[in-house]
Amino acid sequence: MPDVISADSVGIVTPQTAHFDTPLPLACGQTLASYDLVYETYGTLNSDASNAVLICHALSGDHHAAGYHAMSDSKPGWWDSAIGPGKAIDTNTFFVIALNNLGGCCGSTGPTSINPETGQRWEASFPIVTVEDWVESQARLADLLGIQTFAAIVGGSLGGMQVLEWSIRFPTRLKSAVIVASAPKLSTQNIAFNEVARQSIRRDPDFFEGNYLDNDSVPTNGLGLARMLGHITYLSDDAMGAKFGRQMRHDSYQYNYGIEFEVESYLRYQGEAFTKRFDANTYMLMTKALDYFDPASQTNGDLSAVLSRAQCEFLLVSFTTDWRFSPERSEEIVNALVKAGKQVSYAKIEAAEGHDAFLFPIPRYMSVLNTFLTRVANRLTTEVK
Amino acid sequence: MRSDLEIIDEWVQPNIRVLDLACGPGELLHHLIKNKQVNGYGLEIGPDDLNTCIEKGIPVLEQNIDEGLQNFDDQSFDLVLMTHALQQFRRPDLLIDEMLRIGKECIITFPNFGHWRSRLHLALKGRMPVSDFLPYNWYDTPNIHFFTFQDFERLCKEKNIKVLRWAAVDGQLKDHWWIRSMPNLFSETAIFHISR
Repeated sequence: MPDVISADSVGIVTPQTAHFDTPLPLACGQTLASYDLVYETYGTLNSDASNAVLICHALSGDHHAAGYHAMSDSKPGWWDSAIGPGKAIDTNTFFVIALNNLGGCCGSTGPTSINPETGQRWEASFPIVTVEDWVESQARLADLLGIQTFAAIVGGSLGGMQVLEWSIRFPTRLKSAVIVASAPKLSTQNIAFNEVARQSIRRDPDFFEGNYLDNDSVPTNGLGLARMLGHITYLSDDAMGAKFGRQMRHDSYQYNYGIEFEVESYLRYQGEAFTKRFDANTYMLMTKALDYFDPASQTNGDLSAVLSRAQCEFLLVSFTTDWRFSPERSEEIVNALVKAGKQVSYAKIEAAEGHDAFLFPIPRYMSVLNTFLTRVANRLTTEVK
Repeated sequence: MRSDLEIIDEWVQPNIRVLDLACGPGELLHHLIKNKQVNGYGLEIGPDDLNTCIEKGIPVLEQNIDEGLQNFDDQSFDLVLMTHALQQFRRPDLLIDEMLRIGKECIITFPNFGHWRSRLHLALKGRMPVSDFLPYNWYDTPNIHFFTFQDFERLCKEKNIKVLRWAAVDGQLKDHWWIRSMPNLFSETAIFHISR
């Protein structure tokens, strides 16, 4: 709980909801007749609406990226370390928008929402949405807020994929793209991890083919297990070793299946805590969105060809110990952009935290991000004059 | 009198694709992007230099050249540059091959160890030269290969590399007629424009 709001915090924020009645055709062939997107904004939109920055969230993120909802909150938004007055994404300069993507479980229309056609919860019947669908819906939110062109669109991991898609789908609607710890498509190993996560949910007897809420049930075991697996892949071997090593719960081995090592306790806690805040159908849907993303498939696998449509400047960032979205994956995007002759800079940040590093305020990472965005901001003011 | 930057600037055609290896804070690249509208990229590993480039809007990629340049396609750049860095890499000969694979042409500048002051220092003092221009001791220098203007010419000959033109400048990076007349003795920095 914050006793006082610090000067570099956006402070108390209130989520807003935008309702859309224009049907949204989805990649899967279905159409969402109407939907809600919940979002937060930080900072002030300038008179020519040129200082907007869109934040795209990753697998388990949401619209609450910075600040607090109430003084009683135990933690600020998920990227509070990077968003705020004087921070890397400076809200003194930028008007920052963060939303919960379609299919989410934090207020935007998703599996836990009511399907207006049936009056029942969507649950398993909620269509699978893709990165392309998200970007389309984000563009509609931008229209609603009067933003034709973003100064920057920023995202890490799955969020980075949305940024990449923006640069291809709406090349004139963003000046710059910041893609952190991401990839142009998932590797086979990544898809395999996602499948294990999905299977652990689907095989939970409390899953009820996805209609668990109607059965007054929640597949907590499966979702917890999926999160435990995910969590291991988000950390580096070194980071886990440094945090827990072989620390034990008891002085000697118990020779049973209770918790022996602290890392076991940590994972169980992480898994369980996640099931209290996240919906299993949303988790499965997000992993599918990751699996399906492959913009180069439009150009016979030639990433450079599809990226030739982009017009913005790019900043790519990777982290040395990230093995879920390794530096090599970011470099695939970098190389394709160089080949296409696009403006791109790339920083490979020394970090121990693995994939999770993208959420940490690592000084060099924050410095690169701030340097890039400061230039974006400076160009806004010079262009206006 | 022209500086090395001015000399290189004269040699570079406008609107070409340029890759600057070990671009440092991007001084040359910035100049070429502004004056020649090149589509330029720098490679660098120094965090401060990278930030300086990003600050100036120079496309810069964090990549360790000693780990290879396989990510760049054959002949994918019009020009590959390397200023004052060749002597810092493990295998300059292989690096030049790579530069000529990636670029149609290359411009390379390096400190000429054949400069009379270096020779005099070694001959009279019997110790490795330390100067304003090469201010390191033998044990802490990033410059792991010392070679001369003539050594470089000879390597080009052995490798059948064409020297399109060359220039030679003094410690203030200016050229003079006497340097041009005996570059191996009088130049502190040699500038070579080469191709296959």
